[in-house]
Amino acid sequence: MADFLIGLGLPGWLAWSIAALVAAVLLLNVIAGGALVFIWAERKIAARIQDRLGPTRTGGRFGWLQSLADGIKLLAKEDLMPEGADGLLFRLAPYVSFCASFCAFIALPFAFDVVGQRLNVGVFFVVAVLGLEVFGVILAGYASASKWSLFGAMREAAQVVSYEVPLGMCVVVPVMLAGTMDLVTIAEKQSGWMSNWYLFHDPFTFVIFWVYVTCAVASVNRAPFDLAEAESELVAGFHTEYSGLRWSFFFMAEYGSMFLVSALAAVLFLGGWNGPVPIAQLVGLSEGTGDSAGYFVRLLGLANLIGKATFGVLLMMWVRWTLPRLRIDQVMTTCLKYCTPIAAVMFAGAMFWQLFLPGGLLPGWSRPAGEIREGWLEGPGGLSATSAPAAVRSAGVAAAESSDSSGLAKRSPR
Amino acid sequence: MSNLIDDDPRIIEFDVRTDEMLVNMGPQHPSTHGVLRLVLRTDGEIVSETEPHIGYLHRCAEKIGENVTPRQWIPYTDRLDYLAAMNMNLGWALTVEKLMRHGVGEKARHLRVLIAELNRIASHLVGMGAYGLDLGTFSPFLYAFREREKILDLFEEACGARLTYSYLTVGGATADLPPGWLQKCEAFLDQFEPIIKEYHALLTTNAIFVKRTAGVGVLSREMAIDYGCSGPVLRGSGVDQDMRRDGESLYTGMYDGYTFEVAVQKDGRYPRDHTYPSVPKEAVLGDCWHRFFVRMLEVVQSMDLVRQSIDRYAACREPLGEPLKLAEKLPVGDAYLETEAPKGQMGFYIVGNGTPIPWRVRARSSSFSNLSVTHELCRGCLIADVPAIVGSLDIVMGEIDR
Repeated sequence: MADFLIGLGLPGWLAWSIAALVAAVLLLNVIAGGALVFIWAERKIAARIQDRLGPTRTGGRFGWLQSLADGIKLLAKEDLMPEGADGLLFRLAPYVSFCASFCAFIALPFAFDVVGQRLNVGVFFVVAVLGLEVFGVILAGYASASKWSLFGAMREAAQVVSYEVPLGMCVVVPVMLAGTMDLVTIAEKQSGWMSNWYLFHDPFTFVIFWVYVTCAVASVNRAPFDLAEAESELVAGFHTEYSGLRWSFFFMAEYGSMFLVSALAAVLFLGGWNGPVPIAQLVGLSEGTGDSAGYFVRLLGLANLIGKATFGVLLMMWVRWTLPRLRIDQVMTTCLKYCTPIAAVMFAGAMFWQLFLPGGLLPGWSRPAGEIREGWLEGPGGLSATSAPAAVRSAGVAAAESSDSSGLAKRSPR
Repeated sequence: MSNLIDDDPRIIEFDVRTDEMLVNMGPQHPSTHGVLRLVLRTDGEIVSETEPHIGYLHRCAEKIGENVTPRQWIPYTDRLDYLAAMNMNLGWALTVEKLMRHGVGEKARHLRVLIAELNRIASHLVGMGAYGLDLGTFSPFLYAFREREKILDLFEEACGARLTYSYLTVGGATADLPPGWLQKCEAFLDQFEPIIKEYHALLTTNAIFVKRTAGVGVLSREMAIDYGCSGPVLRGSGVDQDMRRDGESLYTGMYDGYTFEVAVQKDGRYPRDHTYPSVPKEAVLGDCWHRFFVRMLEVVQSMDLVRQSIDRYAACREPLGEPLKLAEKLPVGDAYLETEAPKGQMGFYIVGNGTPIPWRVRARSSSFSNLSVTHELCRGCLIADVPAIVGSLDIVMGEIDR
């Protein structure tokens, strides 16, 4: 886009600023719009799980405008602050939470090259920035001058910081398999059939995916790990004293984070924007071309990724409306005694698998990472050569991008 | 070692002494079942002391009882344990009947069993669902209320009210059941029976539920007796006592001919153990899990009793009979009777002085005694355990404050 604007005769700095602004607005709308949809979905899903109807009237049918109506109600609410609260921090906290959740989206690829900013440390960036969300919660708890809020903040601090450890270990496994931290490349290396997904790469990645799911649910404070806002114990936890729009920022941050960790799971383990069946490639379309076919493929990829991420979010909702809440000591036990050791063992297992069995147990079926782009089209029963060059070209791009760190995957013993 | 700390300027000695914090849980708190106020003394997440403060719902019900006739006080008994209003009506009606030495006919007897046991199911459903809510799961609460609604529908058809029935009254009931009611009741029982499995799946056997309740808040047998606990709280501690079997003959006579087994663990197993989930290994007799499980068993037990009473009630051909007049003169003397309400032993005391208005009215509520063990059970537990323990006692503030 910046190139296009420069082509129109604009100075470089202005073109880049406009492009960045457009991208930021687009991303913000993804989160805000996504949160609206997910809040509505949560209400409907919770209702269906509980034999209720949920919102039915707002917006004509299915209550699809309910979240918007709620938003307007929240806007109109009185903005309260407790008397003893630390004014600055109290006001700052929701934005810290929301910004952390929002910033992580910058590096999240929605489809091939549909990414706010392609970072060669994308995984690291997303996990690190997402971890910042906890600051908002701690600030809120500290600044609210409420004992319940303080309890919630303390729990959040203990829980989220602990779960960063196994979460990081789970995230490292796909990084190791792909040989890069670039989220685009990681997803790109899982293209092709479903069997190329890192989820099915080896037994260790399969197990570690579920560890990731557990840790992701815990790190975004969803049930059964929603201790920071445990309503039956801490009234509402860290946001007890919040009302109106400030409260809704916490809410949006929560839904943004839910979507983000689900999308991250999709990129790292579930093939990113690559569908279970490479339809686009089978019919001869490729994203490397940049023409309308490329746009179509990206659109398809976008739908794929959003679909997978949405599935993850729905899974979290399902869990939330089914399970009771764990106690804080049990949450910590789950992390320190189960998730961390399992993640460590699976990490080591995946490492040795990658070293000794890079071709998988069934060579030709599960292909070694890094050789997929080059090889899968030419396999037995493979497709015409027309789409192959494009595929190889984009693989070349990917390889060039990650040439510095993708040694392990490339250096297969065969 | 101390030299090292003193010498090295980089090492700053922190004052790591932590302060205890007083926290008010309630009276406006989502999980204190109404207006209970618990003052917690906490050290971080650990609760060192819990003190229940009551009285936020005091309505001078007993004093009002000394200014109206016994039948006029029936609506006030509705508001004691408002989740089991029928059982409250029954307890009071039986006490007044004891004072007046007035018996009721066979049909009224079976009707009372039917209605009281049905209300017991409704009360335990609320207790069960709200307990799930205390532990952070919302759906079982609504599943429980879905079935409770059907019981309330039945009650509404019988007496016109859904919560405060004033149906069972001194000398019988205010009206006979409408035609077709028994069939509806049977249809409900048939529909309800398989649903209990859902509750067991979502709560009783759920791994997280077991983790949160098993071994938590263990109330020993001795302590339960010392504090005068009753009902499922007492039976959850393994004390084999049920007023329906062990009470006064005036009350147990109501259950003459009925077969039921008191839901209590004997020799390590519950009656009809095989049809229910087995007791998890972590569970200790007297903990939250056992109290909850006893309630679940009593739901099934009450269903069985309702079925028995339907048959017996239908077999009665004579009319139900009229209740006593609104202002009947009470004899001089007093009477005290304890009945088995869903929450435990509900005792009423009445002193008559020859006028239609009693000279003294008192009530002894089970929730009050049950609540009094809170400070023992919550000592040294985590904050999250406080709702778990208080919820397992299944208290109703209307009954405690009266």
